Amino acid sequence: MKLLTANRLIDGEVVWLAADGSWVETIEGAEIAHDKDAETRLSAAGLLALANNEVVDVNLIDVEIVDGEIRPIRLRERIRALGPTTHINLGKQARKQTAAFG
Amino acid sequence: MYRYDEFDHDFVKARVAQFRDQVERRLSGELTEDQFKPLRLMNGVYLQLHAYMLRIAIPYGTLSPRQMRMLAHIARTYDKGYGHFTTRQNIQFNWPALSDIPQILEDLASVEMHAIQTSGNCIRNVTADHFAGAAADEVADPRPYAEILRQWSSVHPEFSYLPRKFKIAVTGAERDRAAVQVHDIGLHLKKNEKGELGFSVYVGGGLGRTPMVGKKIREFLPEEDLLSYTTAILRVYNLHGRRDNKYKARIKILVHETGTEELKAQVEKEFEALRNGELQLSDADIAAIQAYFAPPALPARPEGDAALAKAAARDAGFADWLRRNLHTHRNADYAALTISLKGIGEIPGDASADQMDAVAELAERYGNDEIRVTHEQNLVLPHVARADLKAVFDRLVEIGLATANAGLVTDIIACPGLDFCALANARSIPVAQQISTRFGDQKRQEEIGDLKIKISGCINACGHHHVGHIGILGVEKKGAELYQITLGGSGDENTSIGEIIGRGFGPDEIVDAVETLVETYIDHRQGREETFLDAYRRLGPAPFKEALYGREAKAA
Ligand code: HEM
Ligand code: SF4
Repeated sequence: MKLLTANRLIDGEVVWLAADGSWVETIEGAEIAHDKDAETRLSAAGLLALANNEVVDVNLIDVEIVDGEIRPIRLRERIRALGPTTHINLGKQARKQTAAFG
Repeated sequence: MYRYDEFDHDFVKARVAQFRDQVERRLSGELTEDQFKPLRLMNGVYLQLHAYMLRIAIPYGTLSPRQMRMLAHIARTYDKGYGHFTTRQNIQFNWPALSDIPQILEDLASVEMHAIQTSGNCIRNVTADHFAGAAADEVADPRPYAEILRQWSSVHPEFSYLPRKFKIAVTGAERDRAAVQVHDIGLHLKKNEKGELGFSVYVGGGLGRTPMVGKKIREFLPEEDLLSYTTAILRVYNLHGRRDNKYKARIKILVHETGTEELKAQVEKEFEALRNGELQLSDADIAAIQAYFAPPALPARPEGDAALAKAAARDAGFADWLRRNLHTHRNADYAALTISLKGIGEIPGDASADQMDAVAELAERYGNDEIRVTHEQNLVLPHVARADLKAVFDRLVEIGLATANAGLVTDIIACPGLDFCALANARSIPVAQQISTRFGDQKRQEEIGDLKIKISGCINACGHHHVGHIGILGVEKKGAELYQITLGGSGDENTSIGEIIGRGFGPDEIVDAVETLVETYIDHRQGREETFLDAYRRLGPAPFKEALYGREAKAA
């Protein structure tokens, strides 16, 4: 299983490609590629977005589903999805907390 | 400190305008990422895991209160309320939007700062002893020479596209606090028998994947020849450095492959052709720059010691801090003091905007308007009257910066690692935080004594692990973090590269492993005056290996 991820050009925000072709800020919204065809389609969309100067550093990453949630295989990608483990008040994890409490 | 003249102001302003235009063209799509990347790197802009990162130069680690306040302003306005001070006497902001960076650079230019040459294959920010101009043991202030090198190297047309990055460090004391022997060029400012100033020149030191101790190729280079000789070294490197392989492109590899004697001969030959030419520094040139670094007028304050003794008797925390965080000043009524950015369990090198403002205010009130950033990721107030130390300490307590741990086991250097860095294999900062928490007890750390732990999240060695008394290197093994330990490294006048002690440790084991090493040292030391490093040099790795792996070794 794979997802397409990148950083948004204008502010560097970590984003994933969603099924509707938009780049979303939380991993839950990402489109999962379950087979080679879907991977090829995601990669092509990534190249296009790069060429259109929407995003930079585009990568296809491996994920699994754990307890119904998307979990990247590599620690690096898990940290990108949440924010630095050293500053839990920063990054996406902080926004989630605010949302949960708000 | 150095002040920009009209030329400097115009130059930096023009550069900001140029970069503003480049960013606009990137955002409009006129420039592709491939075209833009080298341009942004020349202005200190990286892309990390979560966001862009901006690296700002703090030349030879010297900051004015006004500049520190601007860093606080940037942290608050464009970033997330803090900055990260690094081993290269820079500051990094981890969250700026690309679209804001031109404005940040403009704000910086208003206080005579920039991010030029903080990245790329050029001569980087020149670093120096953080106690320069204050230390009792120094021959002369190394910063005027660092400034001369900085001016000479800024957008130097011949040396802007070197095979790889190039780092120069300068110290003015026998006790090397600038780690000059692990830089591409290390300069040790000294006096000859006639009392003239000059430099011992080391070349080819470095860390990264191939750590090397610099080789001394000149015992004494007269100060007037500083630029001619440096140019000669850079020319030889620029011509022969390995452009075919980026991992072999540093000058350390050239020195290693060419041999020190042959390389030295090539440098001397080039130098002969250059010396007494236009690069020769006249006394007037040097004096003009030295004038900017004139020592502050320090009025006599002899009342200090009595006041200190009294205050220390009443306040044990203050007494601890006096013991650890002071450095002997050339004026006996004054001290250079270390502001630890290593609170127990906290992130090495981070400072909040409020802390930056508070330090700026302390420097104005008590510190003759000077602040330093150390390569050990701490701050320094170099000129504080001993009589004012209690007032400074009390304020540091209020802002959470009074940790009395300079040089102790919790004064850890750590690179950003996998929490921020796109090149990382493992996290560094959480390891530092856990070690700090484990050894946080003041009595215990002081009992252990001087001990430098340095942590890098990959082989690039930004956390200087090779020269840690205990070095920790994060690697990735089968998708998990693993930490390799090296012992016996040191980045001072007796520089040595640490040796790998054995198999690595998982994130849940590494702190216990460090504790085992520390306990082993305590068991074996000849007394408190024998430091960890001295004990390791005397004992070798055997007892430490035995303690870490003994049981396994026997079972196998
Ligand atoms: C966060 C983004 C960073 C990136 C992408 C980065 C990248 C690198 C790379 C690629 C090298 C190896 C260069 C070579 O061997 O030719 C290196 C070395 C180094 N970096 Fe960084 N670094 C980063 C952050 C830092 C920080 C935060 C510090 C200071 C704490 C730092 C200080 C150093 C030092 C001291 C070296 C060793 C120099 C040597 O090779 O002798 N870097 N860095
Ligand atoms: S040592 Fe590696 S992980 Fe650490 S900052 Fe440098 S490049 Fe990143």
